[in-house]
Amino acid sequence: MAFGKPDLGSIVPKGTEFDPALVNKMMGKFGHGGFLDMEYVGHGADWVELAIDWREDLVADPDTGILASAVIISLMDNATSMSIWTKLGEFRPQVTMDLRIDYLRPSPSGERVYGRGICYHLTNSIGFVRGFAHNGNPDEPLAHASGTFIRIGDRIS
Amino acid sequence: MTDSPIALPPYAQALDMTIVDEIDGAPVIGMPFADRVQGRPGYLHGGAISGLLEIAAIAAVHRALQAKGSDSAIKQVNVTVDFMRGGLSQMTYAVGEVTRLGRTMANVEARAWQDDRDKPIAMGHMHYLIKAKREDAT
Repeated sequence: MAFGKPDLGSIVPKGTEFDPALVNKMMGKFGHGGFLDMEYVGHGADWVELAIDWREDLVADPDTGILASAVIISLMDNATSMSIWTKLGEFRPQVTMDLRIDYLRPSPSGERVYGRGICYHLTNSIGFVRGFAHNGNPDEPLAHASGTFIRIGDRIS
Repeated sequence: MTDSPIALPPYAQALDMTIVDEIDGAPVIGMPFADRVQGRPGYLHGGAISGLLEIAAIAAVHRALQAKGSDSAIKQVNVTVDFMRGGLSQMTYAVGEVTRLGRTMANVEARAWQDDRDKPIAMGHMHYLIKAKREDAT
């Protein structure tokens, strides 16, 4: 549930072009996004890239310093969620229906992790997303993600 | 290996997760609501729910390995999380069930709920690779 009810409405007035950098200032700096301190990196027509810095308290295995897999899930959840609004050009309330992550390799200790979320198809109700995480070189992904988001609020209350 | 208490990893401690109970030999992990696990206002973030599922799944696999007398380490291959209900601003629980434990991999299903275990807020399906003994890694 990356973000649902239109509390973003206050910072994303209707009819305004969706700005992922601006929205990340809310999603990435408060709540769980704030705990992880997600940073906006860049975006295109249908994608958004965010990043999280390695931190000791995000580690799953203290022997290796490998990040908890859920850190990657949160990163991909936010990045893919925002890719839908970016492709759509505006905010619409939605929640994550499902999300799958394949871990190709661990994210090494101390390394910043980037997550690129891509919205590859959009219907009236569903946003179909995929994405990948990497440590700075998109050609060397550490995880792949795919999932779906369902629109809520103005359809189903 | 004895039935030593499982020390939760730093990530779990940072989100205030604790072992609160046990179901069918698997630890039940509890996570209180707080700003650091919040997504949209008043609701849990999907990533935090996934984190709780992950910790419960890992704890269940470790417990199952211990029961077999194994001290193998594990490595997560993938996870699919279904989000069924919005997580409200209250205590959340999760438990993992090892549906198959082989020599090379483990299949796990983890369930997260709040008031009623029969009304899960999310379910996770995970695959773990069973790695060589810990002493080989050091």
